[in-house]
Amino acid sequence: MAGITVLDVTKRFNGFSALQDVSVVIPEGSLTALLGPSGSGKSTLLRVIAGLEEPDGGHVMIGGENVTQQPARSRGVGMVFQHYAAFKHMTVWDNVAFGLTIHKRPRAEIEERVHKLLELVQLEGLAKRYPAQLSGGQRQRMALARALAVEPSVLLLDEPFGALDARVRKELRAWLRRLHDEVHVTTIIVTHDQEEAMEVAGQIVVLNEGRIEQVGSPRELYDAPANEFVMSFVGPVNRLGDTFVRPHDVEVGLEPDVRCSEAMVERVVHLGFEVRVELVREDGQHLLAQLTQEQVQQLELERGQIVYVRQSRETVFTS
Amino acid sequence: MSRWALRIGTLGYLALLLLVPVGFVFYRAFEHGFGHAWHAVTTPAAVHALELTLISAAVAVPVNTVFGIILALALVRTRFPGRGLVNAVVDLPLALSPVVVGLSLYLLYGRVGGLADHGIRVLFSLPGIVLATLFVSMPFVVREVVPVLREIGTEQEQAAETLGARPMQIFRRITFPAIRWAVAYGVVLTTARVIGEFGAVSAVAGTKLTLPLYVRAEVENFDTSGAYAASVVLALIAIATVVVLRAFHPREETG
Amino acid sequence: MATESITVAPPLAGLSGGALARGVAMGYLSVVVLLPLAALIWASRAGGLGSIWDAATQPEAAAALRLTLGLAAICALVNAVAGTAIAWTLVRDRFPGKGAVDAVIDLPFALPTIVAGLTLLALYGPGGPFGIDVAFTRTGLMFALLFVTLPFVVRAVQPVLLELDTEMEEAAASLGAGSFAIFRRIVFPNLVALAFARAVGEFGAVVLISGNLPFKTEAASVYIFGQLQSDNQSSAAAVSVVLLFISLGVLLAIGGIRRRRTRHDRV
Repeated sequence: MAGITVLDVTKRFNGFSALQDVSVVIPEGSLTALLGPSGSGKSTLLRVIAGLEEPDGGHVMIGGENVTQQPARSRGVGMVFQHYAAFKHMTVWDNVAFGLTIHKRPRAEIEERVHKLLELVQLEGLAKRYPAQLSGGQRQRMALARALAVEPSVLLLDEPFGALDARVRKELRAWLRRLHDEVHVTTIIVTHDQEEAMEVAGQIVVLNEGRIEQVGSPRELYDAPANEFVMSFVGPVNRLGDTFVRPHDVEVGLEPDVRCSEAMVERVVHLGFEVRVELVREDGQHLLAQLTQEQVQQLELERGQIVYVRQSRETVFTS
Repeated sequence: MSRWALRIGTLGYLALLLLVPVGFVFYRAFEHGFGHAWHAVTTPAAVHALELTLISAAVAVPVNTVFGIILALALVRTRFPGRGLVNAVVDLPLALSPVVVGLSLYLLYGRVGGLADHGIRVLFSLPGIVLATLFVSMPFVVREVVPVLREIGTEQEQAAETLGARPMQIFRRITFPAIRWAVAYGVVLTTARVIGEFGAVSAVAGTKLTLPLYVRAEVENFDTSGAYAASVVLALIAIATVVVLRAFHPREETG
Repeated sequence: MATESITVAPPLAGLSGGALARGVAMGYLSVVVLLPLAALIWASRAGGLGSIWDAATQPEAAAALRLTLGLAAICALVNAVAGTAIAWTLVRDRFPGKGAVDAVIDLPFALPTIVAGLTLLALYGPGGPFGIDVAFTRTGLMFALLFVTLPFVVRAVQPVLLELDTEMEEAAASLGAGSFAIFRRIVFPNLVALAFARAVGEFGAVVLISGNLPFKTEAASVYIFGQLQSDNQSSAAAVSVVLLFISLGVLLAIGGIRRRRTRHDRV
């Protein structure tokens, strides 16, 4: 297990800057998410850490050692890919045992370890099957077991749940969290899904266009975003000119007030416990408000109704 | 109704163009009995020709297979300036007249008299024949392997690398198992081409005869039974090739 | 597919391995293909660039070229149509023995061209069982070219038709129209081009049945061979260079068509 330090890493592809002077510290034993939209450089950063891409500038340190010049196979990283990268022509057992076989571990050791890992990822009965016979979720669990088999100091996951359907995704997220609590390997997960990042990670690194926008805990990112991009990306937001307002900071009342603006309810969307209310102010500005079931019932909100809204909290970014 | 017309039309066309000619060769070869045909094909000259054909195949096929795989890997897995041009060059033997191929070799090694001085004879002997067959059969393994390489993508190989495998290990355990059917198919195609090559070899072989050249020589000597008998041997090899090909690659499924 | 489109297939497990493979591959290509072709072009220039033109426009050479190109074009078109029809039958139709018919198509691929030539001569030449004698005629030459180019066309069309087939069954007719247009505008010209190139270069199949009568039935490839045997190397080289450029031209045209077609598929 080791911490990771990335220092001033730059990477270009054919003149396109994927990463520009990126520096970040990943604490030992943490579960960190690299979050950002498509093309932000998050996958590239992960691959630079893994050693699958060579940076054009900067250093990567794993466990205090400068590994920038080292190829992937000697960095002691375990990696899980979005599309599983399962060895199709090998059984589940052989897949998981692959790293150990390559390192020429004794037979008995391999047997024991693979067995334990299959148990850990709950795939015991499927050792003799081929990847094609497994579901997506099972394949990804196998990929995880395979990565963990060589006892990596760092575990890297590149949008690991992106190819799975929503329910399986949710299950595996929780499962990954539990696994990390048990195994405690420094883990980095790349995702474009901010909900996933918030749910799974202890620390989130927000990337945009090859640069780091902010690093912090989910709470910090949500409550104290460093700039417009982070605020818009992490969590829903109303943009009113230069002012940003979170939907749950939009107060809705039935009584006119000098501090409030008049607005009409366009739509009431029930999303389980919380309710999203789409409003349009008299000046034409559209607003999203987030209320509880209870509040909506109390106000007896329905389409076409006139209400009075005000922002209880606003954020403006200077510069 | 038109379906029937189409069916008969196409089958008729096929029969006239393909089946009947080949069947006829068999007929003519065995016209005077099996013994006669056997006799004609076991003359020293014929046996020699067959030997030469098989030896050149035994050299050319493995060479083209190994380099074909390397070429495919280079084309798909590395960044290649001028990749389009290389692709065209790889395809060139398919579109180029074999006589032009043979002539090129003749010109290259004929004037490079230096080689002959060092006792390396290329033209009019085995090396020349091998080079000619290498040229014309070059594309097959490459073209079969390239799309497969492209399709399987690099993720498995990357995963193997993170797990500690070195390049040769990756190739042996991950890449090759994935391409081996494509390679096999390419090998069969290459073999068929190498054995049957006529035009290119004609230009460089001089008086030496491979089996196809033997056929022509016999025709020109008006020894038709020899020609037919040898043709039957070649046709049998061709049929065996087709059978093996279809076993590897049934037409119904996508490769 | 990778969400970030910039992800290119990375270097072959380490840059050194990739460079090595590239080097070896290029070396091999050079020795086997490029060097001989370079020698060819060099030899054709032997008498100066003008001599290429002279050699190629010599009456006999010109006749052979005209004949070859003309017949190859006709044959490519005929087989493109016939081949498509055959492929259609094989793909869409069901009848007993279809598998066998399918297998037969492969035969000319594997059959040495000289054997093809011999069989055609035997069947459609003097003493043939049908009483047809087209040896020493252009028709005979045509037959030979049709024989060798047919499987190309059929095999090239089949997979496309298979694709079209499933597409048309899945999607509405309006979408099917798009695929057909692709077929017509891209695949078909591709086929014709390939069949044409093959026919232009054919040697083994034509050398026997055509009789190789200069000005009448002599194909370009045969002419070249004859020049080589008479030791007129530069003349042979000159006409060869013409054929070489035709082949290259066809390939580049096909490549251009293919690139246009697969523009949306990225490696």
